[in-house]
This record gives sequence, C-alpha cells and structure tokens, in this order.
Amino acid sequence: MKFSVFVSPKAIRAQLSSNTKEGVIKELVGALVASGDISSDDQEDIVRAIMKREELGSTGIGRGVAVPHTKHASVEKLVGTVGVSAEGLDFESLDGQKASLFFLLVSPPDRPGDHLRALENISRQLRDDQFCRFLRQSTTAEDIQQLLEEADRSQFGS
Amino acid sequence: MLHRTVKVLNSEGLHMRPADKLVRTAVGFQSTIELEREGQIADCRSIISLLTLGAMQGCELTLRAQGPDADAAIAAISHLFESQFNENQSNIQQP
Repeated sequence: MKFSVFVSPKAIRAQLSSNTKEGVIKELVGALVASGDISSDDQEDIVRAIMKREELGSTGIGRGVAVPHTKHASVEKLVGTVGVSAEGLDFESLDGQKASLFFLLVSPPDRPGDHLRALENISRQLRDDQFCRFLRQSTTAEDIQQLLEEADRSQFGS
Repeated sequence: MLHRTVKVLNSEGLHMRPADKLVRTAVGFQSTIELEREGQIADCRSIISLLTLGAMQGCELTLRAQGPDADAAIAAISHLFESQFNENQSNIQQP
C-alpha cells in the first residue's frame, strides 16, 4: 500500500518538538486532528489507545524508526502521518537506539489487511539506507512529502 | 538446510507483535532462520525484514533453518505459527 494512500500530507511534521515518547505520539495525533483526519473528540482516546499498545511492547522497530499505532472505531479508513525528530528520542526501541523517524497509524478495527499492507510498505522502504537518510535530513513537510512520492514510484512501493 | 511449510493462522496476520515474538525466538538459536513468501525472503532475526512479507491470515510461508540447532529452531518457530502467536485470546482491540 503506497504512502499516498494512508499518509495525510497536511499532518506530516518535519521538526517534532517533543522529546518523549508520549509527547511525540500526542504531537502526531494532534497533527491528524489539525489536518481533519481524526476528530478532536477522539484525540485523547486515540493517544491513550496508542500508549496502551506501546505497553505491550515498543513499536520502535530499529533503524531509528518507530511505528506507533492503534485500531480505533472512529476512523473509516487507515489514516497515518510521518514525523521526524532531528535529535531523536528514547522510544524503548527493540535495538536500544534512539528513534527519529515516526510513522503513526490509526486503522479501523475490521481492516487488519490494510494495516499489514501499510507496515509492509513502510518496512520495505526502510531497508533502503538512502530513504532513511534523506528522511532524517528532511527539514520541511514538503521535503518529506516529496520523498514519500518518490518512494511510491520506486520498485518497492507496491 | 531444513525446511517446513508454515501457515499464518491468526486473524491479524504477521503484524508487529507476532513478528516481535518471532525475532525473540529466532535470536535464541545459532542457526540462520528465514521465511519465504513467493520468492521473497525474510531474516527471522529482523522485525523489519519480517514485516516486508505482508503475510496475512491464510498465507503459507516456507520456513528454513541452517545450523547446529536447525531442528529445534524449526520446531520452535512452527509452534509459534500453530499457536497463533498466543494472541487470539487477548488484546483483540490492539493490532
């Protein structure tokens, strides 16, 4: 599943200001509220659900990347965003490294396939060192958006 | 090299938590362990690699292991698939 299908361009954040796990999750969920992808009424509940999922095991999957996510009945389709933190922060990642790239996903409860296809696309792109490096170096949401579009056009972006 | 076909039985597919469990099991063995889906090969020690398979419920994968404890590794990982990664009873609300 291509980035363009689930990443909301207006919710992309190139310079995350938070330096804690919960802070970053709040910031990115807030971005999805600001972009109109999720309702402000559900904001707190979604943050809580994502934090609860983190308690089961960090979604920091290595390579400086974390994919915080949850299911939530309020969304009709998979919605997501991308955030970059210049300094990186402790996300209790599996490899013990700081996380600086974040892909936050909120999916409808009855669509596990879509969630899996989004994870498949994210992880395929992450194997590309250049993609990770360029993403980390991005300083504007436009840069990130452009990079995602390029990734969507590449051979791995199926 | 030993191999066996395994099937994804859990309804959510091979998403992040099952992949995490798989890695934690695989790193306990000396053997190299990989899963293949339609020609695409994933290293069982890497969660990112496993997630690239996009393996949904019903998907059949070839599990391969090579090394001194390949037998035990195949048995342990097959068991994870058969037991649906112990996730069907709990945490239904969380992907």
